[in-house]
Amino acid sequence: MTRARAGVIVFPGTNCDRDTYHVVESTAGMEVDYLWYERKTLRDYQIVLVPGGFSYGDYLRAGALARFSPVMEALREYADRGGLVLGICNGFQVLLEASMLPGAMQKNKTLRFICREIHVRVERSDTPFTLLYRKGEVLSIPIAHAEGNYYASDETLRHIEDNGQVVFRYVDEKGGVTAAANPNGSVNSIAGLCSAGRNILAMMPHPERAADRLLGSEDGTRLFLSIKKALR
Amino acid sequence: MIARVFIKPKKGVLDPQGKAVHSALGKLGFNQVRDVRVGKYVEIRLDTGDRDAARSGVQKMCDTLLVNKVIEDFTFDIADD
Repeated sequence: MTRARAGVIVFPGTNCDRDTYHVVESTAGMEVDYLWYERKTLRDYQIVLVPGGFSYGDYLRAGALARFSPVMEALREYADRGGLVLGICNGFQVLLEASMLPGAMQKNKTLRFICREIHVRVERSDTPFTLLYRKGEVLSIPIAHAEGNYYASDETLRHIEDNGQVVFRYVDEKGGVTAAANPNGSVNSIAGLCSAGRNILAMMPHPERAADRLLGSEDGTRLFLSIKKALR
Repeated sequence: MIARVFIKPKKGVLDPQGKAVHSALGKLGFNQVRDVRVGKYVEIRLDTGDRDAARSGVQKMCDTLLVNKVIEDFTFDIADD
C-alpha cells in the first residue's frame, strides 16, 4: 500500500514546521514534504498542514501577510475540492485571515504570550481529524500564542455553533467550560474550529507538541492517527 | 500625496489593549477616563497627484490588506505631501 502524502507549508517565519513534519512522519507514517510558500500547486497531497510560528513576523496582524503568498491561492483551491487542511496556531490565524474559516483573532485578554499546558474538550468525533477521540473527552495539549483570543460576531457565532463547527473548547480538567479555564478570552471558549464541509480544521493548541511521552502528553497523537485512518 | 489611515477596534468588539491602558491610566490617577480604544495608524506616501485615484487606491488597500473588517473599522484622509 502506498503511504499517504502530507505537505507542511513553510512561510518565512514559520517555526513549528519541523516538529509537525516529524510527528506526521513518525506517528502517522506518512510521506511528508515541506511546501515553500511560493509553491503554486498542491495536487500531490492528501493533507496539507499549516504549522505554527510567526509568518512574516506577525506584522500588521498575525497571518495577514502570509495570506497573500502564492501557496495560499493553491490551498484555497485544494480545500474547495475537499482536500484536508489542518492549521495549527499561526496556521489558524492564517486560515482566518484568508477567510477560509469565519472570525478573527485578537490579542489574548491578558495581553501576554501564553505558553503552557491547557485542557480542551473534544466536541466532535465525526471529523477526519478527531475520529479516534471520544466526544466529550478532555485532552491535555500545550498552547503557545499571543493572539489566540478568537472572536466572531454574534450572528457568525450562532451559525458556527448551530452548524456544529466547534471541534475543541477550552475547559478545566474535569471538562467544565469556565472563564478561568479559558486562557485567552476566546468567545464560547473556542479552541478549534472546522469548516462546514469538515475538511478544514484549525486549532490554537499544538497537537504536535503532545505526541510524545517525553514531552509530557500524548493526547495529540490520535489527531494524526485519525487523519491517517480517514485517508485510508 | 499622503494618505493617513486610522484603524480602530470595531464597536462592540472587546479591545484588550484599550482595557489595559484604561486601567493603567486609572492607576496613574487619570480618573476622568471613561473608555480607551487602541488602534493603528498607517501613513502611505502615494505616487499620484490625482486625489480621486488616491482615494480609490487607499480604499482598496484597506479592503484587501490593511484592515480586518471582522474586528476593525477604519477611516482615512488624503493630503498634499
